[in-house]
Amino acid sequence: MAGQIPTNGLVAFVKSECPTCALVEPVLRRLADAGEITVVSQDDPSFPATVSGVVDDTSLEWSFRSAIEAVPTLLRLEAGRESARAVGWAREEWRQITGIRDLGNDLPELRPGCGAKNVEPGVREQLIARYGDSGLGSRRIAYGGWDDPAEMCFERGWTDGLPVVPPTDARILNMLSGTSRRPDEVVGEVPPNLRPCTVEKVAINAVMAGCKPEYMPVVLAALEAALEPKFTLHGLLCSTCFSGPVIVVNGPIARAIGMNSGVNALGQGNRANATIGRALQLIVRNVGGGIPGGIDRATLGNPGKYTFCFAEDESDPEWEPLSVRRGMSPGVDAVTLFQGDGIQAFIDQRSRTPEELTRSLASSLFAVGHPKLCEFTNAMLVLSPEHYAIFRAAGWTRRRIEDELDRALIRPGRDLVYGAQGIGEGIAPTRADDMVRKFWPGGLLIVRAGGEAGLFSAILAGWTGGRFRDESQPITREIRS
Amino acid sequence: MIDNSFMRDPTAETSGTRRARLAPPPSLDGKTVALLDIGKMRGDEFIDQIERRFAERGIATRRYRKPTNTRVAPTELLQRIATETQVAVVALSD
Repeated sequence: MAGQIPTNGLVAFVKSECPTCALVEPVLRRLADAGEITVVSQDDPSFPATVSGVVDDTSLEWSFRSAIEAVPTLLRLEAGRESARAVGWAREEWRQITGIRDLGNDLPELRPGCGAKNVEPGVREQLIARYGDSGLGSRRIAYGGWDDPAEMCFERGWTDGLPVVPPTDARILNMLSGTSRRPDEVVGEVPPNLRPCTVEKVAINAVMAGCKPEYMPVVLAALEAALEPKFTLHGLLCSTCFSGPVIVVNGPIARAIGMNSGVNALGQGNRANATIGRALQLIVRNVGGGIPGGIDRATLGNPGKYTFCFAEDESDPEWEPLSVRRGMSPGVDAVTLFQGDGIQAFIDQRSRTPEELTRSLASSLFAVGHPKLCEFTNAMLVLSPEHYAIFRAAGWTRRRIEDELDRALIRPGRDLVYGAQGIGEGIAPTRADDMVRKFWPGGLLIVRAGGEAGLFSAILAGWTGGRFRDESQPITREIRS
Repeated sequence: MIDNSFMRDPTAETSGTRRARLAPPPSLDGKTVALLDIGKMRGDEFIDQIERRFAERGIATRRYRKPTNTRVAPTELLQRIATETQVAVVALSD
């Protein structure tokens, strides 16, 4: 910071790119020539050129400490305290503050100012971090000038194996601006260690994951859903199975934050999709202590455990969104968390009727987990636009599709018991005389997503914990700001 | 822009802020010990002595040498030591 501002007298904050600041230059020169004012420049200490002794505030410290919101701003200070303020050019106010009755005779009566540089997006948080009180409670991890903070995050075990964004105060404060919730509010206790997780810890991990502040409500809702006892996050985490949390976002927020429900919706390349799912996994790792090879005992895992998050395509008003099917009101922002594995491709380029397509889908859905295992896992069917178009053309709604699939997914128990078809795996011999459903009622979740072209849908197998239908279920939760 | 010289801890803060060192193994039984000569004078004499002592106790050793003490060890050398041995003794000074 170059130069000082006085504790008594007049101080004007300006920036060179502000037309109103240029307009008032003659006024500033007159006051400066009389030794009555200190001019503080936010961006260029050579501006105003006709005023000498301009204070360089390109660091914006004085602007921050004086809570400047627009330029020009005229302050009167008395014993270091502000006694008067005029924002923009308001001739009468400037005359009152300066006590000069003919000040600015040649200027218009009123001209609004421009936004101050210290309140530009992203700048304010950096200034709080540098000169103010961040109010953050998480402990500081110091690094030296030669340290690479990204490498430090790896060394401390804070990452999922990919680089993370180092969580500095400015970034965390910026992230917290995305929610109205207090930083010290405890969202819940994260397994496996059941450590309390505050909104601040969520923000820190969201920074590391690469989130934007506007994703925070989705991340918070996803965490809340994951911490619902019925989601059984602990079991999902320590399982030898493949599964991890799959997040489906419904409601206007999905479009507002730019989520992808279209081309490559389950793939890479969209920041919101990628980082929201990743933030949840980093919270589980860092706050909960869920470390692969530690409590996470997955035999193979799946790439979705880095991140698995997408939005449902709600462009068709005839389609009942997943969240609405699961009890939310239409138009309400919501997340649904599903305990899911990776993607099993469903390819059918020949079926042209809804009946054919239903039988075809059922034949692939039988393979979830194992073709002979029934009432064992849930599943999510991600229906692509071209497959959905076959149902829609026949007037089939979501409910009709669900009902028809349910009927098509029932088989005689005798074909499924242990050893039947020469395969050891299967269901208990006591079910041999039953007609057996593949999924529990409500255990098949249908979501619409995908690009316009391609008769390809996706099946996500559910976690084996789903066989305990009263203990482990997908969770849908409203997203709050 | 990294605007200050600290980050905030993303964890539940149940462990120290400093990275913990690996605990020494409770026993050297069945382990292979790397003996690393960093290339300073008489490092080899030290390594000879240590090698003899380990041999007397029946502990396997493997010798390694940095190309020069003026540079950090090549990554390939560190990877070899990490994959071929479980413990390392480094002759640091002359």
